[in-house]
Amino acid sequence: MATTAVNMTVNGKAVSAELDPRTLLVHFLRENLSLTGTHVGCDTSQCGACTVRVDGEPIKSCTIFAVQLDGADVTTIEGVALNGELHPMQAAFKEHHGLQCGYCTPGMVIMGLDIAKRHKDPSEETIRHELEGNLCRCTGYHNIVKSITAGAKAMAE
Amino acid sequence: MYEFTYNRAASVDEAADLLRKSTEASLLAGGMSLIPTMKLRLSSPPELVDLNGLSELGGIKVDGDTLTIGAMTRHAVVGASPEVASAIPALTALAGGIGDVQVRNRGTIGGSICFNDPAADYPAGLVGLDATVHTSQRSIPADEFFLPLFETALNSDEIVSSVSFPVPEKAGWSKFANLASRFAIVSVMVSVRGTSVRVAVAGAKDCVFRVAEMEQALAGDFSPDAIAGIGVASDNLNSDQHADAEYRSHLITVVAKRAVAACG
Repeated sequence: MATTAVNMTVNGKAVSAELDPRTLLVHFLRENLSLTGTHVGCDTSQCGACTVRVDGEPIKSCTIFAVQLDGADVTTIEGVALNGELHPMQAAFKEHHGLQCGYCTPGMVIMGLDIAKRHKDPSEETIRHELEGNLCRCTGYHNIVKSITAGAKAMAE
Repeated sequence: MYEFTYNRAASVDEAADLLRKSTEASLLAGGMSLIPTMKLRLSSPPELVDLNGLSELGGIKVDGDTLTIGAMTRHAVVGASPEVASAIPALTALAGGIGDVQVRNRGTIGGSICFNDPAADYPAGLVGLDATVHTSQRSIPADEFFLPLFETALNSDEIVSSVSFPVPEKAGWSKFANLASRFAIVSVMVSVRGTSVRVAVAGAKDCVFRVAEMEQALAGDFSPDAIAGIGVASDNLNSDQHADAEYRSHLITVVAKRAVAACG
């Protein structure tokens, strides 16, 4: 098997690997780096549980090869907390019961951070529209929207 | 997924060379269609040529009354571009409604038109706006670029570099989307430029198509009512679990009227 070298930064740490090119980013994160906070919900690019931030933008890590990300800066849910304290967006999910089984939560939090970055004081309609790529099988959307509303507000303060 | 060899192309010329050396090689743009089909083993290219990182394929510019978008420009960038919004707001609406946020952050205009999914949004956008596809070898009018069932007019070693759109006097986009995938069940781009009116429909057949009867009616009276009585027969329309052919036939008139109304 021919391997391809890749160097990237994950949660602030430089990582290097020689990978089978078909290794998806999500599998590299989970299996090579043991960062199991990023989940595989559907593996068909629909559910958004695998959402991570690459160079500042949320993407689905099940739909990109790790070798494509040479030189990239990747943030997973493990890299969101600040100095051991929950990030205000994570704290808002805890406070507003924004999770039930928790499976979709890592992707929801990463998207929440992106929504807060792009919209000042986002409306409920905006948040629901922006979450089109994230599915919650517990159907807990109502509290997820409330959490992102509160998280965005806390981040703006 | 089957094994493949991965190449990062350093230039369009190098990518074209790789395509000539390996006839089964596939270009990798945003990967939003290709990677899912590889995961399902519907496609199994032995070699991938990654175009990400080729800055010569990026960029949006307006020159006179022509808007040009580089092939590797992502949907999110088109959707957020002030140049696009001021030249062709209907294209802003189209790009902002493809898939979801994460997909728009990766998917590209070049990748979308080369994959030519019959339910994708850009093929209707290009045909409805009378665009031209520029490649490493020539320029191809959108009317001649898209062929049925995921085929295009491209040669095997030809690479799309950009798409140019003549700025219309007005244009409107409307999509009746599948709520899960956001792919079109029926989508329509309408535009007016001088005496030319275009109505392009996607999602309904094996390829984007124009509706001449609607175009003629709108040339005489540009209003939703002018096409209210014009339909596309259900023969040869797609029929699947999301919508049968009869329903798609009904939707074409409804969505076309909405696209005309969206022209403002």
